[in-house]
Amino acid sequence: MSQTSAPQAPAAPSPPPTSVQPRPRLPRWATAAAFAGAAVVAVLLGVLTALNLVTFVLYTAVVGTLALWAVSRRVEGRRKAKDRLVTSLVLGAFAVTLVPLLSLVYEVVRRGVARLDGEFFNSSMVGIIGPGGGAYHAILGTLIITGLTVVMSVPIGLLTAVYLVEYGTGRLKRAITFLVDVMTGIPSIVAGLFAYALFAIFFGPGVRLGIAGAVALSVLMIPVMVRSAEEVLKLVPNELREAAYALGVPKWRTIVKVVIPTAIAGLGTSVTLAIARVIGETAPLLVTVGITNATNLDPFDGRMATLPVFAYYQLTQPGVPPEFGIDRAWTAALVLIMLVMGLNLLARLISHFFAPKTGR
Amino acid sequence: MAKRIDVSDLNIYYGDFLAVADVNVSIEPRSVTALIGPSGCGKSTFLRSLNRMHEVLPGAHVEGKVAMDGQDLYGPDVDPVDVRRQIGMVFQRPNPFPTMSIYDNVAAGIRLNARKMKRTELDDLVERSLLGANLWKEVKDRLNRPASGLSGGQQQRLCIARAIAVEPDVLLMDEPASALDPISTLAIEDLMTELKERFTIVIVTHNMQQAARVSEQTGFFNIAGPGQPGRLIEFNPTEKIFSNPDEKATEDYISGRFG
Repeated sequence: MSQTSAPQAPAAPSPPPTSVQPRPRLPRWATAAAFAGAAVVAVLLGVLTALNLVTFVLYTAVVGTLALWAVSRRVEGRRKAKDRLVTSLVLGAFAVTLVPLLSLVYEVVRRGVARLDGEFFNSSMVGIIGPGGGAYHAILGTLIITGLTVVMSVPIGLLTAVYLVEYGTGRLKRAITFLVDVMTGIPSIVAGLFAYALFAIFFGPGVRLGIAGAVALSVLMIPVMVRSAEEVLKLVPNELREAAYALGVPKWRTIVKVVIPTAIAGLGTSVTLAIARVIGETAPLLVTVGITNATNLDPFDGRMATLPVFAYYQLTQPGVPPEFGIDRAWTAALVLIMLVMGLNLLARLISHFFAPKTGR
Repeated sequence: MAKRIDVSDLNIYYGDFLAVADVNVSIEPRSVTALIGPSGCGKSTFLRSLNRMHEVLPGAHVEGKVAMDGQDLYGPDVDPVDVRRQIGMVFQRPNPFPTMSIYDNVAAGIRLNARKMKRTELDDLVERSLLGANLWKEVKDRLNRPASGLSGGQQQRLCIARAIAVEPDVLLMDEPASALDPISTLAIEDLMTELKERFTIVIVTHNMQQAARVSEQTGFFNIAGPGQPGRLIEFNPTEKIFSNPDEKATEDYISGRFG
């Protein structure tokens, strides 16, 4: 067919067969050996300076990485050495990221487990001075307020996302996207003050209501919900929509019966992650819901207790002697972490069980 | 069942861009009409304008007239959803609904439109449609398994079964075999020969042998250059197109001397 005008170049002098030459490689145990050696060096260095866990790990990592790189460079060549260096750096960065997480979980479990007992889960703080007491009222309060938040935010967020993906065009779509982005950046205390001001119009200053807290949390949750649901809906292949249209299915039915079922796993994950985002918020609940020692399960009537605010007050106003309040604060933090972890687990399960099956 | 389609002075736009210009053609009922031509010449665009799928894209619109048995499909009081119920479509890539079983995919046209139908009637319809698409034997024991577990060729036949289950008058096929191996392609081509007894079939294809094998009429689309609209250069019986075309451009394209 097409023909090159230049004649075939004369055969070049045979190129050096470097590319397929077997190269010397470090044995598999080289990495372990390098870091073991580095550990020994670290101990020696530590004897000279001050040996503790932090300096030991730091010395080992740095010396081991450099030693491995140098040896590899001599034996295996530059490319392999660079590979090993970058691998060490990436793993190092991963380890550094893990440190605060593990430290946090360890510390919260260590200090929170003391009061992780039956009483914590089935008694409120009425008449408690000193030991005992629990967060029954705060756990239920958090669940009720978060539940109300979900009831308000998920429909609004999901419908907004459907509008943006399926219907929106031009200016309105860009405006909504921009405003959602702005909402994502609202500091949580501002959301709380907004809800407080809103309810103060109707109920007068100093109002404290569970529903006001739910409104404040909705302001924070809606943009997260919109954004993640939008991404999930965009992943639904356009071909499926066209297939439905070609069967004479109206657009709204296509969305309800084809698009959303196809994306349901991702939408479930979006909801749970959005809940996880707001369930630990303290500041907005502090100004809208306040705290109470008694159990109040009616979000339309006065102050309620919530876990984050409960932890805050137990820590800042622990009473005399302080250790019992501080213990309760740590346990409240532990329960909150368990709730969020449970939600993440739920998200995993949802996406596992609802994802479109591909079995034969 | 099968109906004829008359297209007159059809201009198809994407926004302000004129993609296909001045199409005049009559598509006969109970026959296969093939549309051939180079990529980007507007064959698929034209095909999608026949069941008003073209306007799904933002800014896309048409001028001119498309009539099915005398009824103007672009009339002011015509709902595009009704048009699509009468003119089914099969796409280039098989697109069964991944959340649904094989059975539900075939029944999708009924279920998604919330048409009431007794379970036994629906069972019959699904069996008939799968038989019509030559897929019944392969899937009858696993109707409740996910459709995504089928092979590509089976999925495409499932899509054909889904399209014919709503009993359309016309079936549009946009390169239905281009993603399939020769054996599956043959199965689809045999199927077209059977289906043309009941439906008017319009097929877009890049495979000229396929056009020659399955169609009675062939239309050749071409484009003068980049930015120019595509035009229907020649529309004639397939035998004539492939042996003695009226236009030089058609002959060049068919004999491979094109471009």
